[in-house]
Amino acid sequence: MTQKTMIQAITDALRTELRNDENVLVFGEDVAKNGGVFRATEGLYDEFGEERVFDTPLAESGIGGLALGLALQQYRPVMEIQFFGFVFEAMDSVASQLARLRYRSGGVYHAPVTIRSPFGGGVKTPELHADNLEGLFYQCPGLKVVIPSNPYDAKGLLISAIRDNDPVVFLEHMKLYRSFREEVPDNDYTIEIGKANVALEGKDISIITYGAMVRTALKAAEQLKKDKIDCEIIDLRTISPLDVETIVSSVKKTNRAVVVQEAQKQAGIASHVIAEINDRALLYLDAPVGRVNAPDTVFPFAAAEDVWLPNEKDIINKVKETLNF
Amino acid sequence: MPVNYSGKIEDFFPTLRILDTQGHVVNNQKKPELTDEQLRELMWRMVYTRIWDQRALSLNRQGRLGFYAPVAGQEASMLASEYAMDKGDWLLPSYRDIPQLVWHGMPLYKAFLYSRGHFEGGQYPEALNAVMPQIIIGAQCTQTTGIALGLKKRGKAQIAFCYFGDGATSQGDFYEAMNFAGVYKAPAVFICQNNRFAISVPVEKQTATQTLAQKAVAAGIRGIQVDGMDPLAVYAAAKEARDYAIAGNGPTLIETLTYRYGPHTMAGDDPTRYRTDELTGEWEKKDPLIRFRYYLEQLGLWSKEDEEQAADQAKEDVAKALKQADAVPKQKVTDLLSFMYEQPTQNVKEQLTEYSAREGDQR
Repeated sequence: MTQKTMIQAITDALRTELRNDENVLVFGEDVAKNGGVFRATEGLYDEFGEERVFDTPLAESGIGGLALGLALQQYRPVMEIQFFGFVFEAMDSVASQLARLRYRSGGVYHAPVTIRSPFGGGVKTPELHADNLEGLFYQCPGLKVVIPSNPYDAKGLLISAIRDNDPVVFLEHMKLYRSFREEVPDNDYTIEIGKANVALEGKDISIITYGAMVRTALKAAEQLKKDKIDCEIIDLRTISPLDVETIVSSVKKTNRAVVVQEAQKQAGIASHVIAEINDRALLYLDAPVGRVNAPDTVFPFAAAEDVWLPNEKDIINKVKETLNF
Repeated sequence: MPVNYSGKIEDFFPTLRILDTQGHVVNNQKKPELTDEQLRELMWRMVYTRIWDQRALSLNRQGRLGFYAPVAGQEASMLASEYAMDKGDWLLPSYRDIPQLVWHGMPLYKAFLYSRGHFEGGQYPEALNAVMPQIIIGAQCTQTTGIALGLKKRGKAQIAFCYFGDGATSQGDFYEAMNFAGVYKAPAVFICQNNRFAISVPVEKQTATQTLAQKAVAAGIRGIQVDGMDPLAVYAAAKEARDYAIAGNGPTLIETLTYRYGPHTMAGDDPTRYRTDELTGEWEKKDPLIRFRYYLEQLGLWSKEDEEQAADQAKEDVAKALKQADAVPKQKVTDLLSFMYEQPTQNVKEQLTEYSAREGDQR
């Protein structure tokens, strides 16, 4: 056990899988000598060499196509999109090509590709770096979308993503990279993709969220505890596929829910979580499901994030509103 | 003073031609070494494919095929380049490049299933190294680079052949692919079949360059332009590019100057809206089958009987393949659901249950 930040846990996962499986390749912009712009691939080029860890020219679509081709040569590519706001350049290669390979070949071919990318607001990046675009990929059958909320989960989920025989979009919230450390086992371990985690047990209300908002929700729950409100927090860990079972059983227990996402309201993950609750547990609800999200504008940047991103207070208010319905 | 490239760069990309329209050898030095049997085989394939294409058009009009992009006019460009491939080489076609797939090892009935959108059309035999025909213009180019890099890393003596049209050269993916392949010295051959029209838009409106082959310059890779109606020139260029890649020198871009006689696809395209009969007539005079037939007849390698046999065989095979395609069970929603992931996810599992119940009801 070692105390690690999330970025260190991610490097650890990459190193573990590069050692475990000679077919694992790590590539992207600046990932080799430079170790990635966030140092996620620090030391990997030195340990594994140019054959396994290599830089690509600066072209995201080319990186996605490269990954698909390498997958067809039985490699297990881990491609990096330097910032998730750049993924639009690779939209065809990810959403049309990687996601569809199994279907197009009638199940003969598959794409065991991990698409790693930093995203998430609150760290004052330039424009089109931090955007919460997970909803776009949630709409793509054939892809899985994983968003860890802490170092321990990041390592276990990333190892699972790399071992998965389907393409996995693995989104790393930049605010979580270095904001805290926790115990991360040195050995390899996996966390099942598609399973949510009950981050906090409670009986009064279920807060369902993912990514950096899990931390925000935990802080809100601490405050709410002072008002004798006992929150249960579900960390989705994977947003596609969604762990409907865990969500629904929590709601059936607490009879109230608030869904929290950093992304804009329209067509987000929260919409779908609420629809699933309505489909499966409507009659267990004592109040309409509350929702905390960013407003329906384009994702702003830098100073604009302060007024835009949902925060602890928004969660506290929405929880109280839902309880007082 | 800025450099004026006009009339300079294209001088490096003269059109390679070996046979003229009358089947006379005009470039003995570049003439590829093909045995009599190989020459006959190539002609057989071209005649066969022309007949199959004609049958496909009429089947399409009868509603018995789905999506189909006619190939007549492009036989030399398609088949003589595929003829330079080794059996183990990887093929990345566009939607028009079904003939290369079939001659590379895809059973004909699977071509018909692909046309109909049946998943079995994409289930290739293990020995066929190919990716399904690409619809997104240029997307196969970047995938080719990935496959070629993979082959190189694996130390295999195989290369990747990629087919696309003149329109694709306007796509970022085309340039990204060549650029990556150049950096990695990936063993790939990019074959741009310049049939002059991307649906309706003429190549002059795709680019201000005089040739498409010269686009290789920007990626620092080899480029060559060939007469795409001349099977010997196409074969020679493709073979040379393959040898060059196998030797570890990296990729080549080949531009084949060709023409499609028919519409873009059978889904309502009307070529009279954007090109003249005179232009089509001019290209028909350059027909690859006519010139190759002249050439082989001069050598005593091709006869009327050969021609008839190839045509009859094509008709027979098409009829057989159509029957075979018709006999394949209809695809079900549960089939499609099962191709989404290796292990069905929660939502897929639920829907498998839902749809298999429905499908059970229909029986």
